[in-house]
Amino acid sequence: MNFTFTQDQLDFQDAVAAMLRSEVTADSIRARWSATDGTDRTFLKQAHDLGLSSMLVPEALGGLGLTTGDFILLAEACGEVALPEPIVESVMVVLPMLVDILDQGLGNSDVQRVIDGVLAGDLRVAVGHAINPCINYADSADWFVLSEGDNVYLLPREAVVLEAQTSVDPSRRLFLASFTTSAEYLVADGDAGANLLRASLNRGALATSAQLVGLSRSMVDQSVQYATDREQFGRSIGANQAVKHLLADVAVQIEYAKPVLYRAAYTVGVSPTRADFAVSHAKSAAARTALLASRHCIQVHGAMGYTWECDLQIWVKRAWALAREWGDQGFHNNRIHEWLLRKNALLGPEFTFGRGSLTDIAKSG
Amino acid sequence: MNLAYTEKQETFRAELRAWLAENVPTERLPSFDTAQGFEAHRAWERTLAEGNWGMVTWPTEYGGRGCDLIEWLIFEEEYYRAGAPLRVNQNGIFLLAPTLMEYGTPEQKARFIPAMASGDEIWAQGWSEPNAGSDMAAIRCRADREGDEFVINGQKIWSTRAVYADWVFGLFRTDPESSRHHGLSKILVPLNSEGVTVRPIRQLNGLPGFAEIFFDNVRVPAFNLLGGENEGWRIAMATAGFERGLMLRSPARFQQASKRLVELYREHGSDVIDPAIESAVVRCYMDAEAYALSTYQTASKLCSGGSIGAEASCNKIFWSEMDLLIHETAMNLLGAKAEIEPETAADFAELGSWLDGFMFAQSGPIYAGTNEIQRNIIAERVLGMPRK
Repeated sequence: MNFTFTQDQLDFQDAVAAMLRSEVTADSIRARWSATDGTDRTFLKQAHDLGLSSMLVPEALGGLGLTTGDFILLAEACGEVALPEPIVESVMVVLPMLVDILDQGLGNSDVQRVIDGVLAGDLRVAVGHAINPCINYADSADWFVLSEGDNVYLLPREAVVLEAQTSVDPSRRLFLASFTTSAEYLVADGDAGANLLRASLNRGALATSAQLVGLSRSMVDQSVQYATDREQFGRSIGANQAVKHLLADVAVQIEYAKPVLYRAAYTVGVSPTRADFAVSHAKSAAARTALLASRHCIQVHGAMGYTWECDLQIWVKRAWALAREWGDQGFHNNRIHEWLLRKNALLGPEFTFGRGSLTDIAKSG
Repeated sequence: MNLAYTEKQETFRAELRAWLAENVPTERLPSFDTAQGFEAHRAWERTLAEGNWGMVTWPTEYGGRGCDLIEWLIFEEEYYRAGAPLRVNQNGIFLLAPTLMEYGTPEQKARFIPAMASGDEIWAQGWSEPNAGSDMAAIRCRADREGDEFVINGQKIWSTRAVYADWVFGLFRTDPESSRHHGLSKILVPLNSEGVTVRPIRQLNGLPGFAEIFFDNVRVPAFNLLGGENEGWRIAMATAGFERGLMLRSPARFQQASKRLVELYREHGSDVIDPAIESAVVRCYMDAEAYALSTYQTASKLCSGGSIGAEASCNKIFWSEMDLLIHETAMNLLGAKAEIEPETAADFAELGSWLDGFMFAQSGPIYAGTNEIQRNIIAERVLGMPRK
């Protein structure tokens, strides 16, 4: 039992976070809003050169073979800078899904080709899921994983029709995607398809949870700075207890959302049977935290918080969106509710990590 | 990161579970805030000590098992799972003992720890005074050095367990010229000393769970000074945050309560008409697990040589508000019956001890530093917001 990250993991997070902070600034995010495809190509190349895309892909397929637990801190760091491009989703949802398809001997020759293309930095893939009405950054995708019922399809761009939607968050590029089902593109169906979709939902919820925790921390940091700089009645507004307590409340929630997030990241890797519960807990806590952060941080910024000019809006609006993507709090609370009411639910203090050992549970199913 | 228990940890759990199954009293003990209940709980402490389960993190020479913090968490999980009695000596074992271990002389440890372990000496705490509540540095109760003795004069209040306890520890002003947090010392005082008057204060539940203590020329040997003279504030603050915060209210306590809440919710499933109750039950279970996970994280960090972080400042707010929600939700599930004080075994079967827990939960956001003070600490020391 050791619930800590290794020094290597922490060092890597520090390095990536430093790169993100210098390259993904509020100004650069605003610049993306007027770019044709909403991306910063120089940054995307840097991120690719850092090996981000290949982190969770097994070594045999040309990746680094790391685990979700290794990546979770980086996902949090991406949230902290409110990174617009869906790199976290690509690493945590798209590639693992394609690798699963390949591992299970499903799909066609396209799957391997697409994985290779993504690892080479030549291709981008977007995933649609019944739980999300839209697909973010669908216009820059070369390939799509879409589903109908339990049927999962891998489709080239030309087989998909996109219809743009406008998000409240100017960094998000939303599209409705439609396609004509065709056996040619079918990669999984029946139980195999359902399992892929269920695993994707957990991965997507985990990816958004990590970003929500990062977003929350940044919103608090920005608000602490603002409350320190802004003076009224001859002193910093942050000297007032009423202002302090707004931010302390968020700090407490962040502190207790983090270990839940880390357990979920660990659990999806070792115990699929407990993944639903662990991930839903993480998403529910992260969404609640980020929405509280949004509300309190706008309040601390006063009228500035209600302006387009104030950069806080970049983080606040992302939180509004991600809190509800890949299942909102209602969806995830409901999954936990079902779990708690199961006949043989393992409840109580001795079951924080399952039946003593998460790995045993994975084995016994 | 490895979230599986080792074989040694599993063996420890199994051995403890078997011992608890044999030894935990089957009958509910009366409250330790009654004379009879206090002695019944003292007897239970003795039983624990005889099995070497009194405080597993202590070194074996003091009746402990030299366990690390992960094993301590396992101990607590099994303890609450078994429904074992509350620890009447929690002031001693969770709050005083860690300071004794760190700052006590070998002679002091030998004098106080075994008697604490055996339940022969049960401890009360003496921090607050009528004019030193949240502002603890305003302490005025004096302990004047006279040769090999301290002479204590003044008053303490809200002194938990003081009505039936044997000893009290607390902060006293040893330098009469000093002010604020300077010139304070940590001193241990037998409550049967001449000049000590204990006046019980009835708590919300009607029982004398705390007291005022009046000191009128009370003489204690200088031997009872814990740590350096006039260094009491530093010692009180320096005692590791884990022991101060996380041992007192271990996660298992809330996990067990939230499990019982789920059971209560299942029993009342068909008559729940308020959808907010469902959300609250889910929230309680999640929060209790979050608190456990955070504590495992802290324990792991400390076990691998790291230091305690921001969670130490946040935990008080988190568990006390969770405890309120757990008990408010139970009261909502019991509906109009929630106000009934259970008396018979049948009452307890139906109503549990939710009402008592609900009343006690009201105190959580107040004692050990109010949550308003905690929020100031988080804002200023964790977030770095301006003091003025």
